[in-house]
Amino acid sequence: MSKKLYALLAVLLIAATVLTACGGGAPAGGSKVEVFSWWTGGGEAAGLEAMIKVFNAEYAGVEFVNAAVAGGAGTNARAVLASRLQAGDPPDSWQGHAGQELIGTYVAGKQIEPLNDLYEAEGWLSVMPQTLIPLISQDGNIYSVPVNIHRANVLWYNPGILTANNVAVPTTVDEWIAAMETLQAAGVQPLALGEQWTKMHLLETVLLGTLGADKYNGLWDGSTDWGSAEVTAALDNFVTIMGFANTDSASLSWQDASQLVINGDAAFNVMGDWAEGYFRELGKTPNTDYGWAPVPGSVGVFQFLSDSFVLAVGAPDPEAATDWLKVAGSKAGQEAFNPVKGSICARTDCDKTLFGVYLQSAMDDWSNNIVVGSLTHGVVANDSWKSEIDTALGAFIADLNVSAFQSALVAACQNSGPCQ
Amino acid sequence: MLKTFFRDKDRYLSIILISPSILAVLIFVYVFIGWSVRVSLSKWKGITADYTWNGLDNYIQLFSDQRFHVDVRNTLIFTGVFVIGSIVLGFLLAVMLDQGLKGEGFFRSLFLFPMAISYIVTGVVWRWLMNPAEGVRTSGFNLLFSYLHLDFLQNAWHTTPNWGMAAIALAAIWQMSGYTMALYLAGLRSIPGELREAAQIDGANELQIYRYIILPLLSPVTLSALIILGHMSLKVFDLIIAIAGKQYPLDVPAIYMWQTTFDGLFYGRGAAIGILLLISVAVLIIPYIRYTLKTEVRQ
Repeated sequence: MSKKLYALLAVLLIAATVLTACGGGAPAGGSKVEVFSWWTGGGEAAGLEAMIKVFNAEYAGVEFVNAAVAGGAGTNARAVLASRLQAGDPPDSWQGHAGQELIGTYVAGKQIEPLNDLYEAEGWLSVMPQTLIPLISQDGNIYSVPVNIHRANVLWYNPGILTANNVAVPTTVDEWIAAMETLQAAGVQPLALGEQWTKMHLLETVLLGTLGADKYNGLWDGSTDWGSAEVTAALDNFVTIMGFANTDSASLSWQDASQLVINGDAAFNVMGDWAEGYFRELGKTPNTDYGWAPVPGSVGVFQFLSDSFVLAVGAPDPEAATDWLKVAGSKAGQEAFNPVKGSICARTDCDKTLFGVYLQSAMDDWSNNIVVGSLTHGVVANDSWKSEIDTALGAFIADLNVSAFQSALVAACQNSGPCQ
Repeated sequence: MLKTFFRDKDRYLSIILISPSILAVLIFVYVFIGWSVRVSLSKWKGITADYTWNGLDNYIQLFSDQRFHVDVRNTLIFTGVFVIGSIVLGFLLAVMLDQGLKGEGFFRSLFLFPMAISYIVTGVVWRWLMNPAEGVRTSGFNLLFSYLHLDFLQNAWHTTPNWGMAAIALAAIWQMSGYTMALYLAGLRSIPGELREAAQIDGANELQIYRYIILPLLSPVTLSALIILGHMSLKVFDLIIAIAGKQYPLDVPAIYMWQTTFDGLFYGRGAAIGILLLISVAVLIIPYIRYTLKTEVRQ
């Protein structure tokens, strides 16, 4: 009796294991598009939902499968995506930061398709800034459809503190340093800074502010020498500027750091314009509680980052995937997504009345500034290069040795960038 | 029922029953270790697998990698402070509880509770407690010290240059000293009272009893605690991420492995770090397992 019982249990156990492994395959019917992202919370998830509504209205016959993976600002999602791609099971389309983060990873692995034909058919080339296109292309092929645009080179300031100390909003790096000296002498914390990645964010804007748009772009295509005296000057500026920051930066998130400005605990903070969404969430008023300007030295330059969608090589349903990309690049789709997410459209023809004061000013700049890409947010350097720069930056923050940092940056460009 | 089950002719049944887990362990542990070794000997960089033979280059590069040196140094600091701190504190707590004080059960649970919390929760709380902000934004321990007029105790905690890891270890000590206490308490309770009495009759004072009787008898417990805490500290990851995030001064091999593999796509290097971690844990654990198995068999 007991023997039979155990035998039965054993069989049941094995059967259960096998059945679980085989389960989950729902019957397929009609066309569907599986879109992979890490938009699972806040304005991002709400924006995605709004865009899905536009998609469902236009392509009623196509089922939309939202394959979003939560956690780690995309780190988890990217690990899941990597394992799916290695297993030959790609989603139809996935989210990625426009630029080298996508190109360096997935074009090199022949996992995403060029989209030039789609851009021409949809007329996107004439509604997106000309200087944007090369940044999301490789060898003349465009690889992704940007849905939103964020600006990285924004200097947030506390208008009350600047007025009280008679400091004008600086437009050059030298003016900025002078302003911070004045503030420091007056006993004000000049600059708010957070953990390591926010320092990389500051570094890229100081590089841009010191070198200017052309030479900054040259850093990423190999035409500006990382070992040059100009880069040394930029790094010297970076050290000087970091010297004005709060001593507890390593323990602050970007929210903590930008909040110091609106609370009146610090005068300046450099952060992407998602900070503005955060300020509004806290009930602050633009131009009263916080002001903004391009990071000194980068007036007339828009350092962008963007979430964009790609077309997978071997997408299960390429037609439905293309339909999704059409919506992602359309005026209706972007107007649905961006006001909710708190970013601006990649297109320059969106309705301005849908957006707040700050975003309207960003839209103006987006349509007439020179566009360059962000390092921290994946536009200009591939993942490996960026991670080597991050390591070099980490060592630099600890010892502030400019020449060691610069040679590490030269080595990083040789190992993983275009410098050979 | 059990008797029939363990009879020889029924052995096939037990093999069938445990075969799924044996298979799972074989595949998901040993095959994957083998695969990681293979990846660590390859040039794999980027999202597509690349098994081009690279010899020991990944390992050699790590040994000259400045960041890996920082990692090893940080791990040593963390291990030292955490293991010694937990053992000393755990022992003292156990001795205190062993004095037969009132409400022993309450205090025992109180000291044990932190162990039930995940490192992430501990990390979030201690991140706030060890806030290094100065001036009006002072909070956590530093604020407490200022209320108590102990301002000289205020410090930068985990943002202290070079020694920040020691602050992280404080949080780990808080979490694990209760566990060490439980180990020691069990050990103390298993020491027969006659031994103490005999020593007392021989004229030993309390200190001498601990030095010559109790501590030597507790050495197996100390060894266990050393091994368990030691291998935990080699693998520490979540506590640091929760307190400080991904920052170079508080980097350890596990964080480097994760970042270089998934953020930087250096799969070969990531696998090499993983294997080095495995080896270092194995060096600690395997002799211990052999030792315990042997003593158990003897018993």
